[in-house]
Amino acid sequence: MSSVLYDAQGPRAKRRNILYTVLFVLAAAAVLWWVYDGLAEKHQLDWIKWKPFFTSPQPWETFIWPGFQNTIKAAFFALIIALPLGALFGIGRLSDHRWVRVPGGVVVEFFRAIPVLLLMVIANQAYSEYTELEPDTRLLYAVVTGLVLYNASVLAEIVRAGIQTLPRGQTDAAKAIGMRKGQTMVFVLLPQAVTAMLPAIVSQLVVIVKDTALGGAVLSFPELLAAVRPMSANYGSNTIACFTIVAVIYLALNYTLTSFASWLERRLRRGKKSTGAVLGTGPGGDLETIDAPALNTDDGRAV
Amino acid sequence: MFDFLDGYDLLGAFWVTVKLTVYSALGSLIWGTLLAGMKVSPVPLMRGFATGYVNVIRNIPLTVIIMFASLGLYSTLNIALGGTDIKGINFRLAVLSFIVYTAAFVCEALRSGINTVPVGQAEAARALGLSFTQVLRLIILPQAFRSVVNPLSNVLIALTKNTTVASAIGVAEASYLMKGMIENEAQLLLISGIFALGFVILTLPTGLILGWVAKKVAVKR
Repeated sequence: MSSVLYDAQGPRAKRRNILYTVLFVLAAAAVLWWVYDGLAEKHQLDWIKWKPFFTSPQPWETFIWPGFQNTIKAAFFALIIALPLGALFGIGRLSDHRWVRVPGGVVVEFFRAIPVLLLMVIANQAYSEYTELEPDTRLLYAVVTGLVLYNASVLAEIVRAGIQTLPRGQTDAAKAIGMRKGQTMVFVLLPQAVTAMLPAIVSQLVVIVKDTALGGAVLSFPELLAAVRPMSANYGSNTIACFTIVAVIYLALNYTLTSFASWLERRLRRGKKSTGAVLGTGPGGDLETIDAPALNTDDGRAV
Repeated sequence: MFDFLDGYDLLGAFWVTVKLTVYSALGSLIWGTLLAGMKVSPVPLMRGFATGYVNVIRNIPLTVIIMFASLGLYSTLNIALGGTDIKGINFRLAVLSFIVYTAAFVCEALRSGINTVPVGQAEAARALGLSFTQVLRLIILPQAFRSVVNPLSNVLIALTKNTTVASAIGVAEASYLMKGMIENEAQLLLISGIFALGFVILTLPTGLILGWVAKKVAVKR
């Protein structure tokens, strides 16, 4: 990667960089040694603590796989319920009628301001007070409800931004050939907006998967993270090993999704069929529109 | 109607939420800036480290990090972060987790801000003979910070909401109190409304004020 922040390096700069690299390696080695020493002292690195994961299918079958399935189940239901709901509210916020636009906006902003954890706890309590659900299904319902309320409002913003990236001419042209407002939305705007929205939706799926872990920690919904406690109790308190395995699984799943999202983003930006505008989620999950460069000014010197 | 509130320290719980947010925000701003500096530095190893850190942390749930801090760092390895009382230890473990997690997002926001600074600025600075750290410290970062107030305020709002996760390790902040209250009192709707409103009051002004600041300080180009 070349950068504009520093020059191509001469002999002195190269020597200095080597010095920095060595210092960095030394610092990193010191930290690693400290971690290793601490772990070894508490016998967390003993083979017996890690053995169960590598020698028998039992921990995978008993704890990890059921937990993983629940994580996926909750994330999947949350996404497929939140998507149409989000589309509805997103389109609602673009309505010409004040009485649709304003309440839609209030609902979306309200649920975006409230932590998902609160929504899950409230939903859980509401289900246990007002319905006769079995505790097992109740937890799944509560987790999915919390995720849906929050993510539908985020997806509503994605949908709104997706539609707003389309050139005004699209609406004008649809009007000119005599389409009604509903038809314009369904046949002209939405299909085009969906391509621009896809990367942002996939990124949001990562947020949903991460938030399922809240259900495990706060409501004891038996998902992947919740599998750590019984697992480490069962295999001689190998807490560190269990956390490592679980974290790696989350990482693998979400990294795949993140990479897929950025691949989609690149592909759509290059594509000729779309308008060239692509929605990505920025750091912290906020939306940013990545417009296609008007001219190809990319000379490979990006910072 | 609000009689049942008497036995509960509502403001105290929200005060813990605010304290968690402020400490974590300051910590993650410092660590995130360092990471962003590493990410654009001429030393390949540091770039690799920062990239790896951001990729790993962004894809692991915050809940996993905070549970690890409690069950792994404290219970298993006895790292108490210099405290002896369990309340203080949990609070500090929570702040540490939030810093570790949020810094990745601060780093990403700053890096996108660095990208908005025109190439010529850095070139001019280099032509004057400034070193990499000088270019970054005197020319690039001050401009980058001014253009990322908005993304950073989003990160701050997300952090405010994320502090609720601290209840998972027993930090007595707002969501912890709410969980106890709705189990003991038969006022589900009212209690949820109060806490929801509390978070709206915390996050809405943050967004509005920082949005105003963003407009004020943005570099006009």
